[in-house]
Amino acid sequence: MNVAVTVNGTLYERDVEARKLLIHFLRDDLDLTGSHIGCDTGNCGACSVILDGTLVKSCMVLAVQANGSEIETVEGLADGEQLTALQRAFTDHHALQCGYCTPGMLMSATSLLRSNPSPSDEDIRKALQGNICRCTGYWNIFEAVKSVAR
Amino acid sequence: MTTIAPEKIEVGKSLLGESVPRKEDRRLTQGQGVFVDDIKRHGMGYLHFVRSPYAHAHIASIDVSKAEEIKGVYGTLTGEEVAALTDPFFQIASEPGGKIKDFSLAVGKVRFVGEPVVAVVAETRELARDASELVEVEYEPLDALVDARVALGSEAPVLHDDAGGNLMWEGVYEWGDLDQAFADADQVIKIDELHFHRFNSTPLECDGALVEYNRGTGQWTIHTNNQFPGFAAIMMGPAMRCGLDKLRFVTQDIGGGFGNKITSHPQLVTCCLLSRKLNRPIQWTEWRTDFHMSMSHGNERWFRDTEVAVKDDGTLLGFRTKALDDAGAWLRYEPLGGVIWAQVTPGMYRWRHIRVEFTQVATNKAPVSPNRGYSRMQHLWFTERVIDIVARELGLDPVEVRKRNYIRAEDMPYETPNGCIYDSGDYARMLDIALDLIGWDSMGEKRRDAESRGKRLGVGIGSTLDSGTNNFGQSRMINPELQFSGNNEVATVKLDIFGEIVVTLGTTPQGQGHETTASQVVAEILNCSVDDVHVRAGHDSYWNSHAGFSGTYASQFAVTGLSAVKGATEMLREEIKKLASVIFGGVPVEALELAEGGVRIKDNPEAFLPFMACGAIINANNAGLPEDLGVTLNCRYVYRPPFQVPDIERKFGNLTLTYAAQIHVAVVEVDPETGYYDIVDYAAVDDCGKRINPQIVEGQVMGATAQAIGAVMHETFEYDEDGNLLTPNFYDYHVPHALDMPPLHTGAIESPSPFTPLGTKGMGEGGGAGIHAVCAAIQDATGKIVTDSHNPYHRVWELMR
Repeated sequence: MNVAVTVNGTLYERDVEARKLLIHFLRDDLDLTGSHIGCDTGNCGACSVILDGTLVKSCMVLAVQANGSEIETVEGLADGEQLTALQRAFTDHHALQCGYCTPGMLMSATSLLRSNPSPSDEDIRKALQGNICRCTGYWNIFEAVKSVAR
Repeated sequence: MTTIAPEKIEVGKSLLGESVPRKEDRRLTQGQGVFVDDIKRHGMGYLHFVRSPYAHAHIASIDVSKAEEIKGVYGTLTGEEVAALTDPFFQIASEPGGKIKDFSLAVGKVRFVGEPVVAVVAETRELARDASELVEVEYEPLDALVDARVALGSEAPVLHDDAGGNLMWEGVYEWGDLDQAFADADQVIKIDELHFHRFNSTPLECDGALVEYNRGTGQWTIHTNNQFPGFAAIMMGPAMRCGLDKLRFVTQDIGGGFGNKITSHPQLVTCCLLSRKLNRPIQWTEWRTDFHMSMSHGNERWFRDTEVAVKDDGTLLGFRTKALDDAGAWLRYEPLGGVIWAQVTPGMYRWRHIRVEFTQVATNKAPVSPNRGYSRMQHLWFTERVIDIVARELGLDPVEVRKRNYIRAEDMPYETPNGCIYDSGDYARMLDIALDLIGWDSMGEKRRDAESRGKRLGVGIGSTLDSGTNNFGQSRMINPELQFSGNNEVATVKLDIFGEIVVTLGTTPQGQGHETTASQVVAEILNCSVDDVHVRAGHDSYWNSHAGFSGTYASQFAVTGLSAVKGATEMLREEIKKLASVIFGGVPVEALELAEGGVRIKDNPEAFLPFMACGAIINANNAGLPEDLGVTLNCRYVYRPPFQVPDIERKFGNLTLTYAAQIHVAVVEVDPETGYYDIVDYAAVDDCGKRINPQIVEGQVMGATAQAIGAVMHETFEYDEDGNLLTPNFYDYHVPHALDMPPLHTGAIESPSPFTPLGTKGMGEGGGAGIHAVCAAIQDATGKIVTDSHNPYHRVWELMR
């Protein structure tokens, strides 16, 4: 089936199998390998992207369902060489180790801060609960997100 | 979050000890890391494994014809082909375990649910999976063995006929004078059975590889996230009947390892065979469910018939126990777990009389392999359980029992009963800091407050050691025939033509920040900026910066990796001075110093030769240099820790070079009606000697703590009686989420190691302390002896019934 999506401002058109997951479409067909896969069950959030303004786990969406949509992935966060405040905060607070969950974490936190620029501590934890990190224990991720909240 | 750090002593400006921001982060926060599944090659085929649905069965027949007929399916590989093309993997074990025959795919029989039986390669991931469904395998099911405690009974089904039974390895360790210790004891505390459960660290990225075969040279290039290529190579080469130069291992970014990515060599062999057979690159990415079913479970262990000799005042004299280890179906790194625990034989205590009868058996479960804290965590959980059970039986305060028995700062370096040398540390001081962090002085008030809300409060301590830099000679206690000993790691540092400082490491980092800490060491020695140092990301055996034990495992980079970096950089510094001495017309090297990106004469800083000039002269403008100059500006150093081969008869010797320590304290509130509990406060205090980058060290402490909390509360690989894994993915295997994390206070002291070039100690695996601490806290809250390392709410409820 034909799928046309705009990812980080670029329009892509591809012919894909109806059963292909959006995450595999992004990674294998569009070579956007920043979004990752950590589970088979929708639990880990490593594949989180923003689809038409809504945070989704892209392993829970078929590529064909995304037809006509605008998608934002981790590759689109920085403005050229200029990282976002959130990306910089992740380094400042040592909020990543292996970096495998980081793209999904950044997308979840970006989505939170857009809808709620002044989240409470509980809001931040809830916003991150769909993303698994096995390296950090979340404390530093929480501090990083909190540091850029207004 | 509270943090207590040691007071900084300012001795000039040093980069060693600074929390320099990580160099890795810029690519990783932009999705520009290169993980194994990100690598693509023209014409590559995707590999999918057909896996056993039975825990134990004979394979009657395999028919791949229907799968191979599908358009887009490139080919298959069966166990029968593997048995013809390869030899069984080398076994670490002596007999009987040493007699088992392990291939990369099941041959004739399956021994656990999820065991790879056939590999199918196709044009797409989806097609490979579909085609796998068309492979027809006829099984003749056999009874499954899932409880290690009955593995040696006459009724037990036997996994490996070659071994003549399910016993894989056994050995008796005894030091001191047990008879005298028990004769001197005021009391003997008996503990029937303690059980350390099966789980692992579940790195978020599963295993994988992209393997290319070069027909012209006969070499395989293996892009993989295997975290110990040195080990994989010595397993794979002999099995594949090729020299190790034919196996090129390449990694860049690895999405967590925790020891779980050491034993992927069987899958890598399958990829290699298929890339040669099908003449195309083979891509294999493990699915999460496949990882849970088949990879690297942590060692499940029982401690039975334990007896502890103690004085009435809580002085510990010694113990004896029978350890029973469940290896699962294959010995992929085992039975090394049968000796690794001995690195920390007495835990942190001064008892001198110890006997452990160690037995390891095979069962119809996934093979066990190293998991963060490998084998020491199980043993240290045992010693901590013993301390708390002894304290309870004697009516003493667990804090006092620990302080009475801890090895003291003034005892360091301390030789343990089995000859290990604890290098430095002050455990009692660490405990005081940890207790302060959770407000020990006001605990009575907090207990009353919890009671007023219908809750029971408990406090528990977990003391643990993080032994690092293995002496591989300990493997000879498992099998005297083995010819391994010592350890090594390699680094190269060079000045390139435009003066670039380029570093390669033999290690395979998975988030430990090696590019950053190596840069700090190089910059410190060359007196330049961290930004001027370029550490190549990842590992490539083509770089020649590796040795037999290269990799990232077992808490050693700060010692082995950084000492190699230090050695190579010091060689480069001396070569730069030697070159400058010639260029400056014979100025003695003693009169030279490195500064501001070059070398200069101390008394005449105007006479300055930038690194760029040094690099250019040696690499591209070298006519007229003295013939005997002996400068390449490309320095390779192999760090070799000072080890002796242990005494195999006495099982005596220093098994690791450094002994970092962590002390954790957990405060829990238990609901007596339901068994539900919360960790309401938590402190973790670390001592890993000199810290090169305190922020990275603290990150390791935090992450290991989170894994411990997950393990003690939620995570378990549990099997039913037929050998089906009940927790085969994150749906059933609950790992902690952001909402699960308790408040955390961290603290640190630094007791530099006298045995390492930088005073550092390897670290990152001390998190087991969290399991010990939470078990102790539950015991304190409920008043019931905790005998299992896994304590979900229902078990706590059962405990209180």
